[in-house]
Amino acid sequence: MFVVGVAGVLTRRNAIIVFMSIELMLNSANLSLVTFSSFSGNPVGQLFVFFVMAVAAAEAAVGLAIIIALFRNKPTLNIDEINILKW
Amino acid sequence: MTLELILFIIFALICAVTSVLMITRSNPIISALFLILNFAALAGIYLLLHAQFIAVAQVIVYAGAIMVLFLFVIMLLRPEKEKLLAIAPRLKISAFVLAFIVLVQLVYMIFVSGSSGSVKANAEMSIKAGTIETIGTELFSKYILPVEAVGFLLLAAAIGALVLAKKKFE
Repeated sequence: MFVVGVAGVLTRRNAIIVFMSIELMLNSANLSLVTFSSFSGNPVGQLFVFFVMAVAAAEAAVGLAIIIALFRNKPTLNIDEINILKW
Repeated sequence: MTLELILFIIFALICAVTSVLMITRSNPIISALFLILNFAALAGIYLLLHAQFIAVAQVIVYAGAIMVLFLFVIMLLRPEKEKLLAIAPRLKISAFVLAFIVLVQLVYMIFVSGSSGSVKANAEMSIKAGTIETIGTELFSKYILPVEAVGFLLLAAAIGALVLAKKKFE
């Protein structure tokens, strides 16, 4: 799943799908955290997954707001055409 | 084969297939729906791992809140269909090479390096670790500072999203 997420980020040009691939990578990391936490009977891994979820929610909200602002500025979602941060 | 193993195989297959389908669809709405299915199957795997709290949080936070946000933005912006893999061939090759390197690295870590052997599986402890009681006690005793920090972060993110989406980008 992590590999699929990496491939998604690198090959797709739609900003929203790149974003969803990032969520996919976060989730695969979460899965391994939960697996080891339940394997060793240690709840700290699950706590960490909880924090990761909170950070992912915040990141999704801010990222989508940035996408909306960009879209208003320039009606495209293609990340090759969004180059206003370039020097 | 026990029921648990069968369920695990089903959920894992759903996860793997939907994640591949997600990055190969050209319509963003369909790929968002596949991602929701992926998250739901992941919640099933968490339940099989005795992590009830995380499973419920996964359904509520990811499949509920985050993906609704995504779908809402997709429908708001109504993006045009993109051509799949319509990027420079040099970039495409390097992307696949990089993804393949990560895959090789993961496979190496899983199969070649072997387990450390110091960590033993402990079914009783693992059932206890997943309950909301244990997690809540840990969260509000030992990890109270990170909890407060996360609350502050969420507040900042909400305000930041409002400001970013409201203001005209000059």
